[in-house]
Amino acid sequence: MIGTDRSALVRRGTIASIMLLVLFLAAWQWGPGLLGIPHFIVPPMSMVYEEFLRMWKVNNLPFHTGITAAEVLIGFALGSLLGAFIGYLLGISPTAEFALSPYILGLQIAPKVAFAPLFILWMGFTIYPKILVAILIVFFPVMINVLTAVRGVDPDLINLARSFKATRAQIFWKIEFPASMPSLFAGLRIGSTLAVVGVVVGELVGGNSGLGYLLAFGEGQANTPMVFVTIIMLTVVGGVAYLAVILIEQRVLHYMPARALGGF
Amino acid sequence: MIRLEYRDVTMRFAAARGQRITAIENVSFAIADLEVVSLIGPSGCGKSTLLNIGAGLYAPSAGQVFVDGERVEGPNDHVAFMLQKDLLLPWRTIIENVMFGAEIKKHNGAERLRKARGLLESFRLAEFADRYPHQLSGGMRQRAALARTLAVDPSVLLLDEPFSAVDAQTRIMLQHDLAQTLKRAGKTALLITHDLLEAVILSDRVLVMSRRPGRIIDEIRVDIAGRDQPLTRRQDSKIGAYVTWLMQRLDIGEAALDVEALPGTA
Repeated sequence: MIGTDRSALVRRGTIASIMLLVLFLAAWQWGPGLLGIPHFIVPPMSMVYEEFLRMWKVNNLPFHTGITAAEVLIGFALGSLLGAFIGYLLGISPTAEFALSPYILGLQIAPKVAFAPLFILWMGFTIYPKILVAILIVFFPVMINVLTAVRGVDPDLINLARSFKATRAQIFWKIEFPASMPSLFAGLRIGSTLAVVGVVVGELVGGNSGLGYLLAFGEGQANTPMVFVTIIMLTVVGGVAYLAVILIEQRVLHYMPARALGGF
Repeated sequence: MIRLEYRDVTMRFAAARGQRITAIENVSFAIADLEVVSLIGPSGCGKSTLLNIGAGLYAPSAGQVFVDGERVEGPNDHVAFMLQKDLLLPWRTIIENVMFGAEIKKHNGAERLRKARGLLESFRLAEFADRYPHQLSGGMRQRAALARTLAVDPSVLLLDEPFSAVDAQTRIMLQHDLAQTLKRAGKTALLITHDLLEAVILSDRVLVMSRRPGRIIDEIRVDIAGRDQPLTRRQDSKIGAYVTWLMQRLDIGEAALDVEALPGTA
């Protein structure tokens, strides 16, 4: 694709995207009324916006959003570090992978969110069980991606390094580690969205802070607009996390051809 | 003086159902200082295995390999290899790739930079030093790979079909670059190729291997002047006879007949 084509595509795509957004917001505002859908099922956009302003003042929305964001950030960071570490460890040690793979597979199949009540039993209504669920759920995609990438390194590249008398540590730091970066970031992208899922489930199960708590509170009061606001805020938190990963990825993988990186 | 010597080298691999495959059997030959020798043979005859043994990446099942009089017992400083794949690391710039081997071997930093710059200069890549591999053409990448091989200053180069992945015109240029470089840098080389013409124009001698288990079945000396001028050598009147002889030794004519004898084609 040549340069001018690309900029034309961006321009046309942006216009189409904005038009789609306007169309969607209009449908949301007037659609329910026209179709006779009651407000407690689908509240129109303006009502959700008013609820947002009310929650901001009355329900301490910034505080709860901040708590959730902090749990997502910590859970995502720790889960990614742990996942990457174990991924590299298993990647360079076939024996460790062989010994541990049945247990890892078992843990991977177990639905991670089901651990939330257990963690709350252990640690009470604090932020820690939420972070723990996030760690557990982020761990797997990152670990699997790193492991697969280390395993997938071209053996000829390893042989090239070996022919220069590279040590095992040099092979790891100069070949395997940098070669795994694209896969690591693919795993981090998935992990950043899953971290939000883990945290919300934790908050739904128990506690008195965070967006998950507001979600349960709104449901209990049959306050549909409140549920809508909370879902939107959760999407924003997840979106910011995802965007942050992409920005770091573009920095780290600057050597890749632009099209290989893909957009948002 | 002998640079590289294979003495009764045999290599067996474990295959499926506990069978053992003999890839190469009792291979012996020697390459003198500054000599360029090509190795040709049918695919799967163990040419690449032979080269990996020479690089010290695999230990042979029997026999020994000597480089500069020392027995090869693992990767060593005397040999460097280059493959059909350029094996440039995509996250390193071209000059960083050229310095890769020297960096692994922990050569002095300023020295390896100076050397890499000189090599890029001689391979017409100086202005691409800070580009990334994906920004270069296939021929340029292969020249960068050759520069990386030379940057560790080996006495013997092992080249495994280094030009088979590039187009015909680029290949002719690369052959010229290689011949000139080997001459100028005073290197000894073992070149694996499936291109019979390439084998003849680039080498002092050509070794012919049999089907598996691979053995050396013939050796011819190329009696044409100007080994560092493959472009001129290519036009020599004796070339045709050499290529025809190699084709006969490899049973290439016979293989074509076999295809015609297949059921349904007769």
